Amino acid sequence: MTARSRWPVRVVALSYLALLIVVPVGSVFYRAFAHGFVAAWVAITTPDALHALWLTLVVALIAVPLNTVFGVGVALILARHRFRGAWLLDALIDIPLAVSPVVVGLALVLAYGQTGWFGRPLAAAGITVIYAVPGIVMASAVVSLPYVVRSVLPVLLEIGTDQEEAAATLGAGPAAVFSRVTLPSIRRGLAYGVTLTTARVLGEFGAVVVVSGNITGKTQTMTLFISNSVENLNSTAAYAGAVLLALLALFVLAVMSAEKKERGPRWRSRSDRSQSDSEPHLLLTG
Amino acid sequence: MPRRIRRMAARLAGPGLAVTYLSLLVLLPLAAVLSSAFSSGPGAFWQAVSQPEAVAALRLTLLCSLAVAAVNSVLGLVIAWMLVRDDFPGIKVVGALIDLPFALPTIVAGLTLLSLYGPNSPFGVNVAGTPAGILLALAFVTLPFAVRSVQPVLAELDRETEEAAATLGASPAGVVRRVVLPSIAPALLAGAGLAFARAVGEFGSVVLISGNLPFHTEVASSWIYSLSQSGDLSAAAAVSVVLVLIALFVLVGIGLVRRRFGVAESV
Repeated sequence: MTARSRWPVRVVALSYLALLIVVPVGSVFYRAFAHGFVAAWVAITTPDALHALWLTLVVALIAVPLNTVFGVGVALILARHRFRGAWLLDALIDIPLAVSPVVVGLALVLAYGQTGWFGRPLAAAGITVIYAVPGIVMASAVVSLPYVVRSVLPVLLEIGTDQEEAAATLGAGPAAVFSRVTLPSIRRGLAYGVTLTTARVLGEFGAVVVVSGNITGKTQTMTLFISNSVENLNSTAAYAGAVLLALLALFVLAVMSAEKKERGPRWRSRSDRSQSDSEPHLLLTG
Repeated sequence: MPRRIRRMAARLAGPGLAVTYLSLLVLLPLAAVLSSAFSSGPGAFWQAVSQPEAVAALRLTLLCSLAVAAVNSVLGLVIAWMLVRDDFPGIKVVGALIDLPFALPTIVAGLTLLSLYGPNSPFGVNVAGTPAGILLALAFVTLPFAVRSVQPVLAELDRETEEAAATLGASPAGVVRRVVLPSIAPALLAGAGLAFARAVGEFGSVVLISGNLPFHTEVASSWIYSLSQSGDLSAAAAVSVVLVLIALFVLVGIGLVRRRFGVAESV
């Protein structure tokens, strides 16, 4: 780039980023503490706020491990086994990325709600899914479903099976091969996938708002607490909650950029089976 | 149990469990949407998607998504160009910042924009309750797609061709138009498509700033939400089917563009 063309590009690019991202996010921090740190602390430690925080953590503690086990399992199946319909399983994993979060919520209501497909048997068994915690867990699990698979699968394809086969030849059982050989080599990719999954679960709004019923002190997660606080004109609580989640997002950002630095730009040929893996695609819906 | 059957059961257990999990969470619920959309026949489906408020919401969603995809393709290209070709202290931080809209919960993104461009704007710019607010929210959440799709292709571009064109007398604008743009066009298109697909289904970031005024600032996902809240689930399902089909159509199109031109996907 010539010196003459450098400045216009800088000015346009940096001012767009500043106006769209930097200044707005900065202003949330400013507004949260506009009435002092104490006011923000009080707003975020009310019983309703603490309950929302607690529920968010509970949901994450259930949904993230479920998706981690599923993700590693599916990645192993897709990378290590050849079977008919593998391409279909591979494509189905990405469906949640193409569907609006509101539609995800609606779909769960239509399947597991009172008037839904499984409403009657569930009611007979005394299980409430919709407008209750199980529904929130399911909604969070759906929207964050692809992340572990898409982070682990390319690593599995890259490391190949040589070491696993060597370990098996030397007498290691499948469990030992997995815990001693496979798991250590996918560790980084797995950590990355789990980070993205957790971020998505903690920050999900659209899918959760439909299935939760948004009952304060009962089925309200942190994101719903923020939107309710905005509606109730309790701006300090809204901004304080937003700062909490924004700090989390900054941590995720640090993990993302560390991961990129570690593996560098990765190129995939057309024949590469992991072609569908890419972050823009990976992070499609919100 | 005979050994052969046992071995087969063990081999099928993994895929079986995975498909069950996927079915319970994704496939059955989506099938329920499809079935509910057509539960009262195709006539009711058509009525749900062609009633004035639904048409207005879908139209607004498509127009805003198209506009944002176009704007972010241009500005995303400018930003990617700077990240690839320029160097100044702090450019690494700027590069990492591009992913912030991915990491930030959508409701926080919405609140963020509302705090700066809402009724209490320190700049006196209030776009809350207007289509401009929707554009702003969609621009925020889709920017990473636009930048990250073209960035790796720009980085791989052969500079010698550009220099050769310049030596042969092409102006800087001519070099961009004749040499750079043709090589990045597929990636640019793919980025615009991803941004569009994301924008079409967006809810969390839009809902606070748009005000959800019917016929004015109500996007399709908001309309689906309000139908589901008022208990009209089959109408909500019908509009959902349209929304999902649009997103799938665009994503399949991107897949075809990528396969045709062998576009490397960005990381």
